[in-house]
This record gives sequence, structure tokens and C-alpha cells, in this order.
Amino acid sequence: MEEQDLKLDGNAAAGLFRELFSFELTTARGRCDNCGAVAEVGAVLVFANAPGSVLRCPQCESVLMRIAKDGDRYWLDVRGITWLEIRA
Amino acid sequence: MARAAVLGRLAPIRWQLADVRELIDETPRVKTIVLDAPEWAGHRAGQHVDVRLTAEDGYMAQRSYSIASAPEDELLSITVECLEDGEVSPYLTEELRVGDKLELRGPIGGYFVWETELGGPLLLVGGGSGVVPLRSMLRHRATAGPDVPSRLLYSARSLDDVIYREELGAVDVVYTLTRERPDGWTGYSRRVDADMLREVSFGGAGLAYVCGPTRFVESVADALVGIGYAPDNVRTERFGPTGG
Repeated sequence: MEEQDLKLDGNAAAGLFRELFSFELTTARGRCDNCGAVAEVGAVLVFANAPGSVLRCPQCESVLMRIAKDGDRYWLDVRGITWLEIRA
Repeated sequence: MARAAVLGRLAPIRWQLADVRELIDETPRVKTIVLDAPEWAGHRAGQHVDVRLTAEDGYMAQRSYSIASAPEDELLSITVECLEDGEVSPYLTEELRVGDKLELRGPIGGYFVWETELGGPLLLVGGGSGVVPLRSMLRHRATAGPDVPSRLLYSARSLDDVIYREELGAVDVVYTLTRERPDGWTGYSRRVDADMLREVSFGGAGLAYVCGPTRFVESVADALVGIGYAPDNVRTERFGPTGG
């Protein structure tokens, strides 16, 4: 399997987001802290084969968010996102 | 572009049990599983459902599948392609029987969704089993928004690999067959490219939804933008090994 085949998108993280958030996160817009691109979370790149899920910017591919889960614990690393605009 | 209806605060997502009502052979490798899910609260066309299998020793495997039925359909259905080295799909396509229970949760996702109020024209581009969520959209359109112009461009390896072939006979569909063609085939016989999209699309107007393997989705989405679609009007869903 090639690395390209392991690249998914924000749709693949939708179930994980539903465990954590009470708003739909795939339609939230976020800004990449590295390049400034703004995208809906459903459109960002997701690599789900790492330990946990890694979300990357569709423009510059820098890491936006990492989510790991172990039993009932979640780790959320959001260092690559300047802001998230969530529709309530 | 108008976005999907505001969702508001969502109820906590919980696993629920559904009864397998019917199994439909779509192609030799693809089955549709029709489910009676009493706790199901409805969905929007394009959303997914998570399916979880638990082995006798407690080991769990979970996959996400696109919902194949329309919001208006009485029963929920998913369409699953058997992946040879998959962990979940061989069970769902070969072992599962009518009357069995299946554990699921959903609906999931809000990005790759089409509803009639989003309007059109609606161009749907599917590669292989990427046609599944597009079929939900087409069914939704047929009952809730038949005036919205729509067209499906469906890339399959051969005619025998086409899922929902009979049902698609009733919609505006253009096939491209990338590996095998029947004798006398006059349709497209190559991978989807910009020229093909220019011929089948609505001239860059409206919305485009693209679903399939990652490389298919990326090349089609790039080509759509290249022929004039606004990037925000091209919605994509890549599927990959997590679908196994």
C-alpha cells in the first residue's frame, strides 16, 4: 500500500469528533497557523494510520491537529490551528 | 453558496443495535445491507454510519460506511465492498445473514452532504464504490427535489462492477469504463479527465460532489477547478483502507 492510499480527509475523523464535541466539526472552518489557509474541517487531509489521527492543511500539509485515544482518554493537540469557527 | 442547514447542538452519539433485514448482491464483491434500526433518528444524504464488530474475545473493529439509502427511505442501508485484506468488510459481505444484529452509530459527518435547499445543478462524480453516498443524494433528489438538474459521472472498471446499475437506468448517468468494455461500447473508456468533465458538467455552474479513492478524488477535484468550478463548490470525500 502506498502512502497516497493512506491519505483521507476530514470526513474520516467525523466519528471521532462526534465523540468529543456537541457541534458538527466537519463543517467548522479553521485557519492553518503555518500558511494562513482557511478550510472546512471536512476538507483537510487526515492520516488515520498513525497512532491516532493526524489532520494536515490541504494547502501546505503542516500538522493542524492530532487526536489520540486510549480507552476513555483522548489527547488533543491543536497547535497548528489559529482558530476554529464553529456553527452553533 | 448556501451551506447545509444549521445543525445546532448534537445529541451524544451512542452505539445502537440494528436488525439485518435484507442482503442485496450488487456485484460479485459488493453487497447492500438493509437495516432496521429502531433508534435511528434519521440522516442527511451523504452522511456515514460507523459499524462495530466485537469478537468473542472482546476484540473490536470499527469502520465507517457511507449511507446508501435516502433520508426518505423507510429503512437504513449501507453498501459494502469486500476488500480482500479487510478486517470488517469480508464479514459484512460474506458472513452476515438476514436476522443478525449489527452494532452501529450515526449519522456521522456534515461536510459531504447534499440537501435540496443547497440547489444545483448537481454534478456527482463517483469512482468505484464512491458512488454509494451519491446514490443517497440521487434518491433524495428524486423524491425531494426532482427539479434540480443532476448528472452522475460514474467511473468503474467494467460494466459488471457498476453498483446499482438497474436503478441508475432511471437517472442521468454517464459511465466511463476503465478496464473492460463490452463489445460495441460507445461510452467513455478512460480515466476521468478535464475534457470529459467539460463535456458532462454544467459549465462550472452549481455544485460538484466527488467520492472515490484518494487519487481519483484529487485528480477530479483539481480538474473541476481547472474547468471553472469554484473550489468551495466542489465537495470531496476520499475513502481508503479505513473502509476495510
